[in-house]
Amino acid sequence: MTEIRNYTVNFGPQHPAAHGVLRLVLELDGEVIQKADPHVGLLHRATEKLAESKPYNQSIGYMDRLDYVSMMCNEHAYVLAMEKLLGIKPPIRAQYIRVMYDEITRILNHLLWLGAYGLDLGAMTVFLYTFRERETLVDCYEAVSGSRMHATYYRPGGVYRDLPLQMPKYQESRWHNKNDIAKLNENREGTLLDFIWDFTEDFPQRIAEYETLLTENRIWKQRTVGIGVVSPERALQLGFSGPMLRSSGVAWDLRKKQPYEVYDKLDFDIPIGTNGDCYDRYLVRVEEMRQSNRIIRQCVEWLKANPGSVMLDDHKVTPPSRVNMKNDMESLIHHFKLFTEGFCIPEGEAYSVVEHPKGEFGIYLISDGANKPYRVKIRAAGFPHLAALDEMSRGHMIADVVAILSSQDIVFGEIDR
Amino acid sequence: MADLATLLNNLQTNFADKLLSITQAVDEITIEIAATDLLSICTTLKIADEFKFEQLMDVCGVDYSEYGISEWVTDKATGSGFDRGVDESLDLHFTPSNKPRFAVVYHLLSISHNHRLRVRTFATGEPPIVPSVVDIWTSANWFEREAFDLFGILFENHPDLRRIMTDYGFIGHPFRKDFPLIGNVEVRYDATQQRVIYEPVSIEPRTLVPRVIRKDSRYLEEKLENKN
Repeated sequence: MTEIRNYTVNFGPQHPAAHGVLRLVLELDGEVIQKADPHVGLLHRATEKLAESKPYNQSIGYMDRLDYVSMMCNEHAYVLAMEKLLGIKPPIRAQYIRVMYDEITRILNHLLWLGAYGLDLGAMTVFLYTFRERETLVDCYEAVSGSRMHATYYRPGGVYRDLPLQMPKYQESRWHNKNDIAKLNENREGTLLDFIWDFTEDFPQRIAEYETLLTENRIWKQRTVGIGVVSPERALQLGFSGPMLRSSGVAWDLRKKQPYEVYDKLDFDIPIGTNGDCYDRYLVRVEEMRQSNRIIRQCVEWLKANPGSVMLDDHKVTPPSRVNMKNDMESLIHHFKLFTEGFCIPEGEAYSVVEHPKGEFGIYLISDGANKPYRVKIRAAGFPHLAALDEMSRGHMIADVVAILSSQDIVFGEIDR
Repeated sequence: MADLATLLNNLQTNFADKLLSITQAVDEITIEIAATDLLSICTTLKIADEFKFEQLMDVCGVDYSEYGISEWVTDKATGSGFDRGVDESLDLHFTPSNKPRFAVVYHLLSISHNHRLRVRTFATGEPPIVPSVVDIWTSANWFEREAFDLFGILFENHPDLRRIMTDYGFIGHPFRKDFPLIGNVEVRYDATQQRVIYEPVSIEPRTLVPRVIRKDSRYLEEKLENKN
């Protein structure tokens, strides 16, 4: 009789289901997981230390690159922390724009997650569907910031600029004749707000399409129901937040409980799960997309009716307009100071949180009164989720690790920082 | 958000003699406690009905060795430029004598009462050491590993205190203020040895924008008002 020993397998760091660069050391008994030890840090860029070496306003772009599928939400937490310490509040229109873009970002994030989750479990079609809708939303990103992903759109004191009055249009080319172009540009004739409105009209049917593919699909349910169950007590103990916490049945959402910006003026519901398994996490996120769609519609209506300023007029923090800069001595000085030295933030510390698509995303900022942060700590939402992978996957089969990992919505940009 | 005054009051009555300081600023409450009291206070904070901090959201190491020091004094103008404005001869690395160099900051959240609390404790000794709170909140596990990796703070009775962010075989603790931003080693593939090798960094550190601390009159006025 030979001795039977556990088998150790290296999963990743180059594995399509590892969602980036995760090295997972799995200890197996046959096909059953005995222990999962995630090795993270392969994407560690020391964002926090880099931020300490730069003036405050130069690090906003780094925040986009943390969780690179929900860019503006990361910026939001960082900008809120600065505003908290400076004691300023952006104009109301800027707050609505931020909320609208936070929700666009949430849909972007959940769409990518849904597509990738389907792909991980062998459903190819969903991925193609979700990327079709993502295309429209990254166009909204591009229209306000000039960039499809790393926007750097939120600034302390507001947002970089107001929403554009016209959408960029497709041009005629060798591949698209006049009729094609007219069709492609159909929803681009109005303003950006009209374009977003058009998207929200259509989007609930699109979600229904994804659901016909997955929700009652037998294979889908076999792979997700009862897999990776987390009880509400354990979810709290493990530091879960966001959809992960809600799918375990804890009714907790920062947008409702500790509202920031204008969330308290908007009408939306918070879906919660009952079983805390992968299937519930899927259902919660799909419903969140519907709710985000509702929020976006309310914001579009408000923004259409209420024009106004989107940036504070305090030029110690926000740059003066370029026109003024050319004529006005003081504006020139402000501009020069802001873009060479930055602004100083009064001594103190603040922890600002947002309801990020992945959970609670926090920035802990310590200032000693200088133009650079003394310490920036990024509380990544996915970090404690991945830490719980060991507990969640023990006793499951090796294929379920992929289902569990993917249901956590892991992005290594934010976990490794 | 719950009433901060009630929480402040409860903290004072429960831990009166153990609190080194308690402050409320920008709608957040911070308490400072000694490392020896950490476990007992945290257990109370989690269990007691008036606190019920079920969740530990974050653990963060801080190195206070350069706190409040600017690299550039702008009393007189320089004829050269920003980079040369940084005075290398200034000794920037000293520990303020009144407080230990390293601190660990915990952010707690109570779902039942909807309030937050920041707990700061200073890690004394060399190597700096604080007790681990893993037995109270499981989520502390990786957060403490991270603080150990980046700052070299040891957590007593941690079940698995390994490095987490840095490379296998990494030397040093990169988020300490005396660790250079560009690091100490760089890697490249060596064709003759046919493997990846480590070498001392070949680039020079430079400061693009110096650290300056401005006495902004707007905030000074505010501070005076608060004092009065």
